[in-house]
Amino acid sequence: MIANYGYEDGSGHYYIKIDTAKCAECSDKPCIKACPEQLYVTELDDFDDEVIIIREDARNTLQTNCANCKADQKMELCRQVCPSDAIGFSW
Amino acid sequence: MAEIEKVEYWRWKESNWKNPDIPDWRGSLITAGIDIGSTSTQAVIMADGIPYAYSNMRTGSNSPDSAINAINWAMKDTGLTLEDITYTIGTGYGRVNVPFSNKTVTEITCHSRGANFIYGPSIRTILDMGGQDCKAIHCDENGAVTSFMMNDKCAAGTGRGMEVIANLLAVRVEDIGKMSFEIDEEPPPVSSTCVIFAKSEATKLMRAGWTKEKVLAAYCHAMALRVVRLLERNGMELDFAITGGIAKNIGVVKRIERLMGVTALEPKWDTQIAGAAGAALIAKDLVERKRAKEAVAAK
Repeated sequence: MIANYGYEDGSGHYYIKIDTAKCAECSDKPCIKACPEQLYVTELDDFDDEVIIIREDARNTLQTNCANCKADQKMELCRQVCPSDAIGFSW
Repeated sequence: MAEIEKVEYWRWKESNWKNPDIPDWRGSLITAGIDIGSTSTQAVIMADGIPYAYSNMRTGSNSPDSAINAINWAMKDTGLTLEDITYTIGTGYGRVNVPFSNKTVTEITCHSRGANFIYGPSIRTILDMGGQDCKAIHCDENGAVTSFMMNDKCAAGTGRGMEVIANLLAVRVEDIGKMSFEIDEEPPPVSSTCVIFAKSEATKLMRAGWTKEKVLAAYCHAMALRVVRLLERNGMELDFAITGGIAKNIGVVKRIERLMGVTALEPKWDTQIAGAAGAALIAKDLVERKRAKEAVAAK
């Protein structure tokens, strides 16, 4: 399943896309430790697979949360460490 | 002194229903789904996967009480008690607040399964327009979610936004859709990014001499634009349907259809019960799977 967490406001679209099918197969989930904002947490999905989600209180502030990673103009830290290319950004 | 009648224009109709085609539920597998949304709560009771009874009411300030009230209203005059329900699934924003649920499932999964039931297996794109958020969901022929996108940042494009405008213009919320077409030509939309801006724009337009119908058209247009952006981002695949309370507002539905160049499927059931119906169906699947496993183990 492709899960898009985030929002759209007057300034643009801010969604983080997670491919939970790829994510469920990854046991280490290095994105959790890599994110300086601790955006990622694990959850058992409706089929009892352990997947990552964006923590609920951060889903409406992603533009601010990810600003430092984006400002470095490199690939975001979570995407750098993800072994299965399961994370994507809409902005 | 004469009293001024206070009309709550935003107040939508609560309802309950019992299936007249099922005279007796005894002997059937009874499952229930409780969908506690931010604005409305639904309880759906299914007998062998067929809707037997449901209720649809406002959530209020206490979610556990809403869950109990909703299931009691659905069970009214059926002879059912909570003990007769084999499995109950809680879903929606307040899903953890269903005191008698056996399991919780996210509303995305439940809406997808519910829409598959309400609209049939050809459904691929679902737009759920709820009280305080809207979701674009893609699903397969079994009603399993393949992708979803949600926007709960702002009340624009949600049922709450519609309630605000109903109160502002003193128009009953159920009349908005029809009235929004009583215009000569489609006006430009009001702000679609914020319900507060939309409200102040609507006030300004009324002052400028616009009729209520024209303002409603501009508001429905803005609401449609808002959710169309969500649909475009998540992709549109036919068949397409809308669930949630706004699906009952033709002013928004027809404008979404026009903007997207598609036709939404006609619902066979109340569009607000999609989440709870999906939960009750998932409950049935879980019980059957468990029973099948037990039967294999017994052999």
